Amino acid sequence: MRYIRPLSIEDAVGQLAGSAGTAAILAGGSDLLVRMKGGFVEPDLIVDIKSIAGLSEIRETAEGFSIGAAVPCAVLGESAALKKAWPGVVEAAKLIGSKQVQGRCTITGNLCNASPAADSVPALVAAGARASIVGPGGRRTIAVASVPTGPGKTSLAKGEIIEAILLDKRAPRSGDAYLRFIPRTEMDIAVVSAGVNLTLDEHGVIKAARVALGAAAPTVLLVEEAAEALIGRKLDEAALERLAKVCFGACRPIDDKRGTIEFRRKVAGVLARRAATSAYARAGGK
Amino acid sequence: MAGIAVSATINGDSVEYLCQPDETLLDVLRDRLGLTGAKEGCGTGDCGACSVILDNRLVCSCLVLGAEAEGRRVETVEGMAHGDKLHPLQQKFLEHAALQCGICTPGFLIAAKDLLAKNPDPTEEEIRFGLAGNLCRCTGYDKIVRAVQDAATVMKGA
Repeated sequence: MRYIRPLSIEDAVGQLAGSAGTAAILAGGSDLLVRMKGGFVEPDLIVDIKSIAGLSEIRETAEGFSIGAAVPCAVLGESAALKKAWPGVVEAAKLIGSKQVQGRCTITGNLCNASPAADSVPALVAAGARASIVGPGGRRTIAVASVPTGPGKTSLAKGEIIEAILLDKRAPRSGDAYLRFIPRTEMDIAVVSAGVNLTLDEHGVIKAARVALGAAAPTVLLVEEAAEALIGRKLDEAALERLAKVCFGACRPIDDKRGTIEFRRKVAGVLARRAATSAYARAGGK
Repeated sequence: MAGIAVSATINGDSVEYLCQPDETLLDVLRDRLGLTGAKEGCGTGDCGACSVILDNRLVCSCLVLGAEAEGRRVETVEGMAHGDKLHPLQQKFLEHAALQCGICTPGFLIAAKDLLAKNPDPTEEEIRFGLAGNLCRCTGYDKIVRAVQDAATVMKGA
């Protein structure tokens, strides 16, 4: 096993692309080190990306925010500007693990670990976030929703690294929210979860909506029909009821010790309702 | 195997060590540097017994590679007391009997130190939430929470 700490993204990509055996990217290590400890993975090469310039920064640009791949979730919670613009993304990131884990874990790692129950992913998908990827062929940007392809699997090619997660600048009267169900009060894996992102017009009518469900299918679900149930209306009881019904129908969850299919589908609807209510209030809707 | 040469600052002292690429910071502290305060409870970041402060961030040292500490500052429970004088948190843990078997205690002390450094006047809820990453199977947590509250009062007065 080799451990390297490249100083440039190009060097990191080159080392990953040129590695013969199993290579792993290390940012916070809160998934990688656990998998190594459990014997599930034994990388021949570990590429620590934390010394690469810019990867540990949140940058506010004309287009919005760029969250470097090595930024720990604790830092997201300390960014007042990010919290103001994307409170749902930040509350999702802050739900991952304990204070100890928060000091290490990253939203890029959460995304690349590709767990269907990842907390930050539904919030990012609802937010329409994009991933900026650097690889042997250069840079490309794709929707966050296109990164996970199944439990533990991503669409990233050999040698590719996500360098940052990009969030758009906020339109006026916008709000997002993320909620999950766990049987404990904290520090648990989502049984099912929902992220909702809304933009309203001057009259409080929803003009743009994105609804994403977590732990409801092999990958995060962007429920287009749920958005359609909200667009063009105020968030009244009828809209909320239709939202819950659509989410119930869209889920394709598994049955396991943490929740039955029926339970997950029902709770997905309940959480979508509540997250929509919170996002609507944050957008200034009454 | 020679290993990776690492220079770090541990409890204010410059330290150099060699470690293997898959060796955790916890293993380095315990097995190479003789700092056995941090404990291995689970080894997977769930229990907090191995908590240390790495560049002002509370982390589980079992989820950090030894090689990652290069150029960084590590604070462990061994750095809390000054000679024979205990840190107020250590003193209050004793007075409140906030420990039984003691395995979780170094992790709680370090986590509480980090908590009070960032929030000198926490509510009971903030203490319970802030220490949720540390598991104790003996005390039922109440005595720990009271010890931290009491230490916070003492430290504010200092």
